[in-house]
Amino acid sequence: MKRFRAFVVKEFRHMLRDPRTMLILFAIPVIQLLLFGYVISTEIKNAHIAILDNSNDEITQKITNKLLASDYFILDSRLSSIKEVEPAFKKGIIKEVIVFEEGFGRKLLQENKASMQILTDASDPNLANLLDIYTRSIVSAYQQELSKSTLKSGLINVEFRMFYNEELKSAFLFVPGTMALILMLISALMTSVSIAREKELGTMEVLLVSPLRPIQIILGKVVPYMTLAFVDMMAIILIGHFVFGVPIRGSSFLLIGTGTLFIMLALTLGILISTVSKTQQVAMLISMVGLMLPTILLSGFIFPIENMPKVLQAFSFVLPPRWFLNTIKDIMLKGAGFFDIWPNLLVMVGMLIFFITLSVKKFKIRLE
Amino acid sequence: MNEPNGIPVIRVKNMMKKFGDFVANDNLNFEVYKGEIFGFLGANGAGKTTAMKVLCGLSVPTSGEITVAGYDAYTQTEEIKRSIGYMSQKFSLYEDLTVEENFQFYAGIYKVPAKEIKPRLEESLNKVGLFEHRKKLIGSLPLGWKQKLAFSVATFHQPEIVFLDEPTSGVDPVARRNFWEQIFETSDRGITVFVTTHYMDEAEYCNRVSIMDQGKIVALDTPSKLKELYQVDNIFDLFLKIVR
Repeated sequence: MKRFRAFVVKEFRHMLRDPRTMLILFAIPVIQLLLFGYVISTEIKNAHIAILDNSNDEITQKITNKLLASDYFILDSRLSSIKEVEPAFKKGIIKEVIVFEEGFGRKLLQENKASMQILTDASDPNLANLLDIYTRSIVSAYQQELSKSTLKSGLINVEFRMFYNEELKSAFLFVPGTMALILMLISALMTSVSIAREKELGTMEVLLVSPLRPIQIILGKVVPYMTLAFVDMMAIILIGHFVFGVPIRGSSFLLIGTGTLFIMLALTLGILISTVSKTQQVAMLISMVGLMLPTILLSGFIFPIENMPKVLQAFSFVLPPRWFLNTIKDIMLKGAGFFDIWPNLLVMVGMLIFFITLSVKKFKIRLE
Repeated sequence: MNEPNGIPVIRVKNMMKKFGDFVANDNLNFEVYKGEIFGFLGANGAGKTTAMKVLCGLSVPTSGEITVAGYDAYTQTEEIKRSIGYMSQKFSLYEDLTVEENFQFYAGIYKVPAKEIKPRLEESLNKVGLFEHRKKLIGSLPLGWKQKLAFSVATFHQPEIVFLDEPTSGVDPVARRNFWEQIFETSDRGITVFVTTHYMDEAEYCNRVSIMDQGKIVALDTPSKLKELYQVDNIFDLFLKIVR
């Protein structure tokens, strides 16, 4: 125990002394969270639109006002002809053009049927999609209002509801996503680099000749990073909840438990990586390409898994962050309890056991 | 330089180490005595490192009777590890820790009693004249100092035997000579020094040297007797004569 303590003390000294490490551990989580929160926001606020109103009656006016009254749109210009649409898009400021057909209001009231067009600049497909959805929902809300007040039925009634994230707040996705990313970064990347460093500098040799057991060396490496990963996890949850308003509808105990399970999983991956890499650079490269990129691209953090090609969908099943992300989203947003998510937890525990077995085996082989 | 007093601390009898079909150590037989400086020479790939790993309790021999500090190399590797010190050519100190912190760390993993750490640290550092630099980071020190400190660290827990794996590679001649003074002093205190080197002038400093070639020990005696036997002027010529 004394040996182990000496080792952990040394690890903390390494960590606290290196400004880069401290930066990665404390500044990056916060910066990343704020970045995802404010810059790379997938929510839309104040999108510039243009309106081509060929009817210009009471109803089109009302719809226009409704649209502009929301936070989503700013009226950039009124167009007078369909020919002006493309040039307007090309300037790049206008993201959506709404076109009302001639006699829109009259047709709607007399024939119960009127057409409007929503034209979006789909060079940014996500944005176009969202604008489209926002516009439709506002128009359909107006339709409902209208049908009530005029006691007329027969209008097309399109109802929209975004479950669990009514306002399509991106924070609900990026807070769990950032958590997965940061925990992966600290646990897997930092641990693998720190073990690889001992090998690169030759100190591992001395540690192996010393009475320290391999398991003490591994645990001694893991404990400090586990502590810090835990601190970072709590920080992200708190910032996510209090700054970005991400709800925690399920049990926070379950949430933290799931997070801890994921931290352990990531640490094991870090150890596994360190057993196959001789230098810090190799460890970093493998962690980046093998863990960070899949976490960002394939875990459902940024791109929905359902939209991926079947092969990548299948691949995402073996990625720990995918399970983690799914689970904590269920806990935080849907208020899922243990009995809803235990299959996910089981998968993660299974992965943990698999990777521990594998890295202990690898570590032993390397000793020979 | 004190003469070995004949108490063996390392005994190696018919030691074999094979990796599959490859025989890395072929029937080694030797003893190393208490307080002796034992030179372990051989070209790269001759099997020195393999033998050293076995003696340090890092790998288990294929066959033969081997004891180190009285402990069996098959079953008591933990005890062996506790009784030896080790220093590699990379000096193995943590560059981002201070001199003092490096000592504290190794003292901790070798379980040096807490009360003894401070006085011993003071003594070791004074001996190499670096006490006033104890708060400095290792990374800021010159190579010769690092080497001295690495040796002090390796002997800090007062091991019975200290293994030095090419401890002087990359150091200038003056620092090398100083370093050997440190080795003599250690052997005077009764600590056995087991050293591998590529510098043949250093081999002359050893009480006895062994020369390995292709997994076998081909010569073992005091430097003067070996020179006499092979009729050469120095160990370098001897080495060339034996290892073709």
